[in-house]
Amino acid sequence: MNASLPRFLVSRVLAAAPILVGAVIVTFVIMRVLPGDPAALLAAGPGSGPAEIAALKHQMGLDQPILEQLARYGREVVVGDLGRSFTTGNPVTTDLGARLPASLELTGAALLLAALIGLPLGIGAALRPGSLLDQTSRALAALGTALPAFVTGLGFIYLFYFRLGWAPEPIGQIDSLLTPPHAYTGLMLIDSLLARDGEAFLSALGRLMLPAATMALFALAPLIRITRGALIETLSADYIRAARALGLERRTIVVHYALSNAATPILAALGMVFSYMLGANVLVEKVFAWPGVSAYAVDALMSADYAPVQGFVLTVAALFTGVNLAVDILQGLVNPQIVNGG
Amino acid sequence: MRGFSWLKTPGLWPLALVIVAALVGPELAPRDPLLTDVAHALSPPSATYWFGSDQLGRDILSRVLSAGRLDLAVAFTAVTLSAALGATIGATAGFLGGPVDQILGRLTDVLMAFPLFIVAMALVAVLGNTIANVVYATAIINLPFYIRIARGDVRSRRHAGYVKAARLGGAGEAEILLTILLPALLPTLVVQMSINLGWAVLNTAGLSFIGLGVRPPTPEWGGLVSEGAQYVLSGQWWVAAWPGLALTLCVFAFSLAGDALRDLVDARSRG
Repeated sequence: MNASLPRFLVSRVLAAAPILVGAVIVTFVIMRVLPGDPAALLAAGPGSGPAEIAALKHQMGLDQPILEQLARYGREVVVGDLGRSFTTGNPVTTDLGARLPASLELTGAALLLAALIGLPLGIGAALRPGSLLDQTSRALAALGTALPAFVTGLGFIYLFYFRLGWAPEPIGQIDSLLTPPHAYTGLMLIDSLLARDGEAFLSALGRLMLPAATMALFALAPLIRITRGALIETLSADYIRAARALGLERRTIVVHYALSNAATPILAALGMVFSYMLGANVLVEKVFAWPGVSAYAVDALMSADYAPVQGFVLTVAALFTGVNLAVDILQGLVNPQIVNGG
Repeated sequence: MRGFSWLKTPGLWPLALVIVAALVGPELAPRDPLLTDVAHALSPPSATYWFGSDQLGRDILSRVLSAGRLDLAVAFTAVTLSAALGATIGATAGFLGGPVDQILGRLTDVLMAFPLFIVAMALVAVLGNTIANVVYATAIINLPFYIRIARGDVRSRRHAGYVKAARLGGAGEAEILLTILLPALLPTLVVQMSINLGWAVLNTAGLSFIGLGVRPPTPEWGGLVSEGAQYVLSGQWWVAAWPGLALTLCVFAFSLAGDALRDLVDARSRG
């Protein structure tokens, strides 16, 4: 900890703000400017007539200049008014809030799994380039890049549900015969633990395994590649050679010098992987009928209900900015050079 | 490219195979991909149906071959469009510099890190559910890559000796950009295009998997996997597996080709 840390935190938060503003503008352009008539798109259902559309057009301020519309859109987003879904009848914010924990639980579990497998593989591969471990991790990375998430997911379902019978039916977060635990956090695993319901916990864990593994495989490739690359680069630095020349133990060199220096790019890779996962979520939630925000957006899309889609894109944008900010700050905490230099 | 040969570059072989399959495959297909035969619905792979048949008795081999041509056509059109437009925008901005260039640089940084599949999904949703809009959406989400490459490359070369020499020799600014700076970009662009083509195929397949873009009965790999998804639960793996495998191999072929081309370009730039 040092004196410039608060200044660093403030500067990072300020640097994230334009990204969020940019994301809102991108959403605005996609959802409100590109379609010829957003009112017809966002109107309360396919059944609404020209009169309703005209009224909504006025209500949405679509007769105003474009910058005025953008300002208005920004205000609506800030107060959390994302419109209403006509398929569920609820405000989009309520629907998204109810489904976000399921998506976060899935993505979080997948990221954890990918990190638990990918980081040791990447580190091992970097320490022994050309070894069997290196070859294996490279093959796994190549596989992860080429396999589309929905194909992996279906392959897992065939193998583990149909053939081996190890996995439960790939539908939803918990066995439909069980009563889901009271939603304290919305995260099924945590809620079932809080409710001391072992049966619900095991059922939720079982249903989480396949979708999480699908997404983790997809995220492994960049994680292994970047970890390996970053560590190999640090290991060839002069201070490592100096430490080796001084006769320090290999273990000390790797853990104290090389890994702590390779941590910055590895953290950046984790952030990037999370952003990839937000995209892959759409396909994985569809394959496993997972009740998350992406499945909600895709269902809405199919019934031409656009307010939820717009809310979903904004949610992803906000998550994405938040993760980038967190990565930035963590990088500063592990590497004081960034704090003092920036 | 001098000294370049398909035969001497094994990394390009799988891609060559994929392209040949897309070009002649649909002509060699044993049956009409849309021909239904309900009496033989969901037959497992056999001597008659090499890849099996789907829920309407359509021949899966023929459908996978026909889908390949469509997927590659969409990807090639989208990526070519994207590269041409992106390189022009990026090179011009990088050449002129100034505030517009700065803003463009920031904008591409934001866009590139955004989950691009979601942008494509929203674009196709609002523009309308057609194949043409899948092409446009794929072209748009790939634009930032080309803008960034062209911008960086031109910025690093615009004060190079040979550019100054051309200017002294009386070449106009537009001439320098078009005849010197843009052609120098080509090798880097080709490598990037090979990488993006794989992503474009994945993107197209992903979109039709969730029901956007290519619509049934037109065969498309992602759509075919989506149709077969429900039969995986009851053990009829072949409906989803073959298109899924074709898609995976195609993406893998593009990624191998990208690596091979990058090695070629790097070796050349090292001299």
